Amino acid sequence: MKYVDEFRDPVLIGNVAREIAHSVDPARTYRIMEVCGGHTHSIYRHGLRDVLPENLELVHGPGCPVCVLPTGRVDDGLSIARHPNTILCCFGDMMRVPGTKGTPLELKAQGADIRMVYSPLDALRLAQDNPEKNVCFFAIGFETTAPSTALTILRAQALGLRNFTIFANHVTIVPAMRAILDSPDMRLDGFVGPGHVATVTGCRPYEFIATEYHKPVVVSGFEPLDILEGILMIIRQLHAGEAKVENQYRRIVPFEGNPAALRALAQVFVLRPYFEWRGLGYISQSALAIRPELAAFDAEVQFELPGIRVTDPKAAQCGEVLKGVLKPVQCKLFGKECNPENPVGALMVSSEGACAAHYRYASRAEAIEV
Amino acid sequence: MRFTDAHIEMAHGAGGKASRRLVEGLIGPAFANPALAAMSDAAVTSFCGTRIATTADGYVVRPLRFNGGSIGELAVNGTLNDLAVSGARAHALMATFVLEAGLSSDILRAEVDAMAAAAKRAGVSIVGGDTKVVEHGKCDGMYVTTFGIGEVDPRANLDPKSVKPGDVVLLSGPIGDHGITILLARGELELESEVSSDTRPVWPFVEALLRTCQEGVRWMRDPTRGGVATSLNELVRDCRLAIAVREEDIPINPQVRGACELLGLDPLHIANEGQFLAILAPEDAERGLAAVRAVPGGERATLIGEVRETPICTVLGVMPYGGTRSIDMLVGDPLPRIC
Repeated sequence: MKYVDEFRDPVLIGNVAREIAHSVDPARTYRIMEVCGGHTHSIYRHGLRDVLPENLELVHGPGCPVCVLPTGRVDDGLSIARHPNTILCCFGDMMRVPGTKGTPLELKAQGADIRMVYSPLDALRLAQDNPEKNVCFFAIGFETTAPSTALTILRAQALGLRNFTIFANHVTIVPAMRAILDSPDMRLDGFVGPGHVATVTGCRPYEFIATEYHKPVVVSGFEPLDILEGILMIIRQLHAGEAKVENQYRRIVPFEGNPAALRALAQVFVLRPYFEWRGLGYISQSALAIRPELAAFDAEVQFELPGIRVTDPKAAQCGEVLKGVLKPVQCKLFGKECNPENPVGALMVSSEGACAAHYRYASRAEAIEV
Repeated sequence: MRFTDAHIEMAHGAGGKASRRLVEGLIGPAFANPALAAMSDAAVTSFCGTRIATTADGYVVRPLRFNGGSIGELAVNGTLNDLAVSGARAHALMATFVLEAGLSSDILRAEVDAMAAAAKRAGVSIVGGDTKVVEHGKCDGMYVTTFGIGEVDPRANLDPKSVKPGDVVLLSGPIGDHGITILLARGELELESEVSSDTRPVWPFVEALLRTCQEGVRWMRDPTRGGVATSLNELVRDCRLAIAVREEDIPINPQVRGACELLGLDPLHIANEGQFLAILAPEDAERGLAAVRAVPGGERATLIGEVRETPICTVLGVMPYGGTRSIDMLVGDPLPRIC
């Protein structure tokens, strides 16, 4: 398969892995955070830890939108599905995310009309096909998915739809990365930068990490070769005493981003003064709200939502895992109370969450040992 | 295992962990008996000195017709295959229909004809059954349940406990065709592809394997809902060993691979309706493979991995460059109502 097989070529993967092994200084350790959940998933799925040196540790970052969505917001979204005559649509990976009173799947099993869609435009079409019903799309995601939500709202406006709303939970990656960098127990040497977010934002927004915090950032793709090359580029920067933003994912990511997508974002959204992130707490200027002039499409305006903040179970140590202080298996609940079927903490809920990926793909023997 | 879930959800029917919980935690304990305890595709009981395999399976697939098959054909082949992987050639089938008022008679006739044709192809008779009609809106067109009975081949001695480290895993052909066909046939994804269900009876392959390897065939399973990953995980839990699968050797059609990449699905979790997995003694593996490949339709059979001692109860995926991952059972439900 084109654009896949080339980047999973066993010979090339072996070569880059050997190059990394030769490059690393055995006298030191390397702690590199892969920001995206997509990276985390790929690292586990392709067994990349097995080909990396032992003194190089990969720390799983906050870039999984499902994981960082706080329980209170899930409750708010599900409250919409309880309204009569309403269809709530969401992406597949939201379906198993528990609110206080169960997951969307459980609510659906009890009769609520909750549907899985692959695009917000599918939800828009449902609204057109069911003019007698209210259709709401539960929007989540970083800058990767936010433009498609923005375009859907603009389309709904152009069509003059009166039965379509969006429950916007879009967040932006940069404030979360800054929160991690500012955290007192931060011990990271560099970042595998968010490839898909950067297709929209470009690479410039990450320059503060290099200039203010003096850490290398390499925006990388998601195939095994992409990730390994990104890691190698970070190691080279570290050894050269450099800290800059490099773009490994040039086949997809323009350094300046996607201006059309950025325009759509600016047209539809404004920054919220603050937003709660699961595991990280409240972060200022870190999420997008629908502009007041588009309030007709804003579920937070059109529905009365409970808006009750729900604290995570105390025993779940998602925050520490998110910041790289703990490994997934070091959390007290990992694999016991908290597993992919019954996720307690944020990082177990989506397949891109660090804990879920570790549970699913890391060998059981290791999970039992620790 | 106790079943504590408050409600039945789609995941309980998906063939993965939740299904296992339902069957082992709620249904199994109530009916407990030695034949049931094996929890295999068909129950093997002794009757007047003969080993008899019996199985029943319900079919609720939507849409009723899809590329390469239909609910009627599935209902015959699926039950035949549950017998086949238990080492039994089907002797007779029975069929029960639950029909929704308002269903077009033409649709029903087409499905009954499809069942008759599938049974004829396999040389088995449908000897009885039942029909029920429910109110409009209370079922999705039609549901079919088939029951099958057959005599276990004297050459078959299948038992997960007989699986040993060093044994070899045989897969009969490319995986995921059925599940992806159904997913695309539902038309909700705006994805189109030339992929068709693999529904077919597997007995001719099983028969060739038993003829060639006899006792060397230790275990078989048809990886339907939950896919190859779930079947192999069930095996490693039963025999308390490990299985290492060479991921690059698993045959997958490009359309299925493409759809899985795009949708974020693991082909190893996707349902099949015309494939089977077998564990073979190492000395029989090559001959067994040749025997399956010699049967028309078995050309893409492959030895995909082997049984190891550790890490116990784990299925490992091994990449050609040395990376490994654990391959878990299906969690939740990637696809709606596939069979």
